[in-house]
Amino acid sequence: MTELLKTNDLDVEFPTRRGTVRAARSVSLAVGPGEVVGLVGESGAGKSTIGNAIIDLLEAPGRVSAGSILFEGEELCGRSESEMRSIRGDRIGMIFQDPQTSLNPLMTIGAQLIETIEKTCDLRGSSAKTRAVELLEQVGITEALPRLAAYPHQFSGGMRQRVVIALALAGDPDLIIADEPTTALDVSIQAQILDLLKRLCRERDLGVIIVTHDIGVVASIADRVVVMYRGEVVETGDVAQVLGAPRHEYTKSLIAAVPRADGKLDRFSSVDYIEGNVEPFQRIDIQTHWLGQAQHERTSGNAIEVEKLELSFVLQKAIIKRNRKLVRAVADVSFEVKEGETFGLVGESGSGKSTVARLIAGLHRPDAGVIRVNGQDVSSSPRSGAARDARRAVQMIFQDPYSSLNARMRVIDIVAEPIRFYRTASNEAETRKIVGELLDHVGLGAQASLRYPHEFSGGQRQRISIARALASRPRILICDEPTSALDVSVQATILNLLKDLQQELGLTMLFISHDLPVVRQMCDRIAVMRHGSLCEVADAETLFSDPQHEYSRHLLDLMPRMDLLGKAEV
Amino acid sequence: MIFFVLKRLAQSVLVMAIVSAVSFSLFNFVGDPVNNMVGQDATREQRIEIRQQLGLDDPILTQYARFLGNALQGDFGLSYRIKRPVDELILERLPATLELVFVSAIIALVVGITLGIYTGIRRSAWTSRIILSVSLVGVSLPTFIIGIALIYVFAVHLRWLPSSGRSGTMEFGWWKTSLLTIDGWRAIILPAITLSLFQLTLILRLVRAEMLEVMQTDFIKFARARGLSERAINFRHALRNTLVPVITIIGLNIGGLIAFSVITETVFQWPGTGLMFIQAVDFVDVPIMAAYLVFVALLFVLINLVVDILYFVVDPRIRLGN
Amino acid sequence: MSLQENRPTTRWQRVRDNDIVWSFIHSPGAVFAAAITLFAILACVFAPLIAPFDPFDPAQISLWDGKLPPAWIEGGQPQYLLGTDNQGRDMLSTILYGGRLSIMVGAAAVCLGMVLGVTLGVISGYVGGVTDAIIMRIADVQLTIPGILLAILINGIGRAFLPLELRQEFAVYVVILAIGLTDWPQFARVTRGATLVEANKEYVQAARIIGLPGWLIMLRHILPNTLRPVLVIATIGLALAIIAEATLSFLGQGIPPTTPSLGTLIRVGNDYLFSGLWWITLFPAIALVVLVFAVNLLGDWMRDALNPKLR
Repeated sequence: MTELLKTNDLDVEFPTRRGTVRAARSVSLAVGPGEVVGLVGESGAGKSTIGNAIIDLLEAPGRVSAGSILFEGEELCGRSESEMRSIRGDRIGMIFQDPQTSLNPLMTIGAQLIETIEKTCDLRGSSAKTRAVELLEQVGITEALPRLAAYPHQFSGGMRQRVVIALALAGDPDLIIADEPTTALDVSIQAQILDLLKRLCRERDLGVIIVTHDIGVVASIADRVVVMYRGEVVETGDVAQVLGAPRHEYTKSLIAAVPRADGKLDRFSSVDYIEGNVEPFQRIDIQTHWLGQAQHERTSGNAIEVEKLELSFVLQKAIIKRNRKLVRAVADVSFEVKEGETFGLVGESGSGKSTVARLIAGLHRPDAGVIRVNGQDVSSSPRSGAARDARRAVQMIFQDPYSSLNARMRVIDIVAEPIRFYRTASNEAETRKIVGELLDHVGLGAQASLRYPHEFSGGQRQRISIARALASRPRILICDEPTSALDVSVQATILNLLKDLQQELGLTMLFISHDLPVVRQMCDRIAVMRHGSLCEVADAETLFSDPQHEYSRHLLDLMPRMDLLGKAEV
Repeated sequence: MIFFVLKRLAQSVLVMAIVSAVSFSLFNFVGDPVNNMVGQDATREQRIEIRQQLGLDDPILTQYARFLGNALQGDFGLSYRIKRPVDELILERLPATLELVFVSAIIALVVGITLGIYTGIRRSAWTSRIILSVSLVGVSLPTFIIGIALIYVFAVHLRWLPSSGRSGTMEFGWWKTSLLTIDGWRAIILPAITLSLFQLTLILRLVRAEMLEVMQTDFIKFARARGLSERAINFRHALRNTLVPVITIIGLNIGGLIAFSVITETVFQWPGTGLMFIQAVDFVDVPIMAAYLVFVALLFVLINLVVDILYFVVDPRIRLGN
Repeated sequence: MSLQENRPTTRWQRVRDNDIVWSFIHSPGAVFAAAITLFAILACVFAPLIAPFDPFDPAQISLWDGKLPPAWIEGGQPQYLLGTDNQGRDMLSTILYGGRLSIMVGAAAVCLGMVLGVTLGVISGYVGGVTDAIIMRIADVQLTIPGILLAILINGIGRAFLPLELRQEFAVYVVILAIGLTDWPQFARVTRGATLVEANKEYVQAARIIGLPGWLIMLRHILPNTLRPVLVIATIGLALAIIAEATLSFLGQGIPPTTPSLGTLIRVGNDYLFSGLWWITLFPAIALVVLVFAVNLLGDWMRDALNPKLR
């Protein structure tokens, strides 16, 4: 096959004051017409750098320091800015991650399309407009003509990404580089956008490079795969071969860490290829340790009971109640979580699953309904002593490891805060000892305690968050998308840690996630949410083998196909 | 649109109510109005009579209502010092101040925005660096020092322009303008430059900063990736997005011009309302102080209203809702 | 991308490695500004020690020495380096003492505005609801009246309240109050904005879930994380406060001529400018502008250095 684009031993450097960072090292890859190449890797692998280098949009001070980029037989390296400008849009299109920010908010969709068409196609006036309508129709936007006059904020996220794709196609390019095109979108929209890209690729004989961290995306769209690790290509090959029978150690570990939807594993296989990822645990004896001494009375058997929960948010304020615009975030939700079980809440964004978690944690007050924690009603008089005591048994792990720790506090002060506030240790020396042991127990090591959060990676920060939650000696742990901001390999180790802690401490866990395979691995029972209400509550295995509700089936259908990965070892 | 304007209007009325309450309380708390009217040696009977005349024994709310009623008709009473109606005094001096502010605003906006765009687009050009350094000096120069320096150089040393006062005025009804004669322009040019310089540098730096901020956004990167020309990116995409925040600040800055006209008018002995205000403060001439306060707040509120409406026009996210 | 390995280890190396410190050391403008500011502050704090004369000591002033030009100009005398003013005071000494007063008034006013504004801003942002509405409406109304006008007004009212014999003595405090009270809405707005952002972050929610009371969350978690923008505003605010004091004094509304600040000196000198005694105005004016410029330069650098987006 003739190659559309080919890079040979491409090196990209970012000179910084601490020395030169080599973001990509002798990267060679090729794309043919009508072919989708998946460029996969975890954060820092240099995959986006390659995409930006090809169209010469590296962020300053990055530069290509060696190697060549051949596009349709022509060398792209060393072209002048004006030469590159005639290539960008005309012959190579680019799609970015976030459709929310990729479009100019002050220009209509039509104006942005027509401006791009006039630049790339030599069409003017009404013929440019006709072309704009055609493009929108091609990316699946109906009633395209009136929509030319709309502004980006009037479109949903998925629609905006379609507009972005239409803009990238405007100059009828031969190659499209899509940088994480579906990461900011919901699962159901994700599938549509991937289908669209695949269809365009086949119909127009387009070459597509899809840059992604998501093995699922690669599995469902790519023909060939290039795996990158720390700036280097470690493996290239046919998608079935790379995913099904990986050759390189890193690829093997990476694929082993992908959560499986087709069966429950005891533990995740962690990526041992990555140095420093597996840290020895300094286990503490729970029976005798401070951590195990929390006074807990066994209750009716239900750790959390939620009855007819309701919560609406005010969208638009008004003095007269009738005129207020409300959105019902949680509507008539009832369920209970048994002591010691892991209960999953799944749904797409906006389904209200996080809101339910925050209600139980006491971050919001419900408009109606009852929340009981260990049998104690915490919703009707939330400031009463009994309610506060009951709430102390509930702690939460958050999604974003970068904003969940106070950047101005040392790790020791972060973790010790509940111990000091409730005086659960007899003195400062004991507090320090306990913090050290907690940090050891979550796999960070006591020496971490004198450092500040910014010195740690995302996964390590999540461990600090877990240690902070443990310092309150919780009985119930709410995990709100605890790993969705992490790389797959790190995700596996954090999920393993949570599983271990739950077993050791007999914790009750409420696990919120949009990621069905993860939920299957973690949870005993699962509730499916949509538009603020519950669709179905079922045992995990039952839900995956025999979903009752139509929406549950829809969600399961949308799960990326992993059959290429070979059978899971149950 | 109508709802939006009405809402803003209601807010403006609230602001004016509070400001008028403050200026009303000036009468009651600052000095003794009776003393101010009749002087120290009046008899007790005279004082009581004046108290009754002024209605100072009425309940405070009644007094406030009366003050509001009068203020709405433009009546702020007699100046303690000059013994003439305050509204007359203000109207007499208003054209001088407004013309000065107008000319300064034009200078500040035209030069400030142009240089701001230039330095925002040519970030690393040496001309940009020079303009920026000079602008920082401009921010650091107090208005009165600029005024003194300009007078010293152009009036005292070079003798090109008059050092103070307003001249060459022509009358149109009650409005005296100095913008139609060469003499008038010669008189206004130094005070106008003095007044505009500080705001000019602020606007310049703001436009540049916003321009740089917008340049970092994803949609600019996406526009580059589509191969659009620098010109289209700078002017069609970046500049319009820059304008949204800039409009607000420019509104505030024009208000700032009115405030600093007090200083400029003092330095140049420009016969406007600012000079009158500062003299009133010297003599605790409460009616003038109160009226000036209400007048400035009113101008500000009007400017803010215009700014809000401009916002509405420029930004479709506000216009069309989410 | 792996450059984390050879991170420096000693304390001093780590300080130098800090991005902001690095940016400071490598920005000549910032170093220059900091040096000037430091020099000015030291010179003014130690004015009594380094000034050749004490301008407040009548024994050291003689009218015979009045209106002398700077030492290097014909007619100047070597002991009066920058000449003397109309009353025979040494210009250099008066400038040092005047600058001392200007800096002190500016700093005190900014501190007042900052404490007031930051406190109200954090409360406003964190508590929300009616409290927020009231505080921010007051700030809005106050912002409707330009700062310098309000300062003139507050200053005028403040002086009107004082009995005549105390006016001179308390003039400095009235000026501080006037400038400080006009300053606070800026601080309140910025702090409130930052608080709203921080309060939605997950570390604050974690603190709420631990069960910490609101005041402790505001003090320990939110306040330290909102200080960066406040620092920038305070620095630029210091420059503005010094200008505001000078302006008030120039208008004859501020510090009285008996204990002159830089603004007062320029006001007095202005009367002699046309008769050719330029040094009485020029030197205080240069001192004022250089001081304000240095502080502004520092604030400007700080804003860029603390804004990671523009780095």
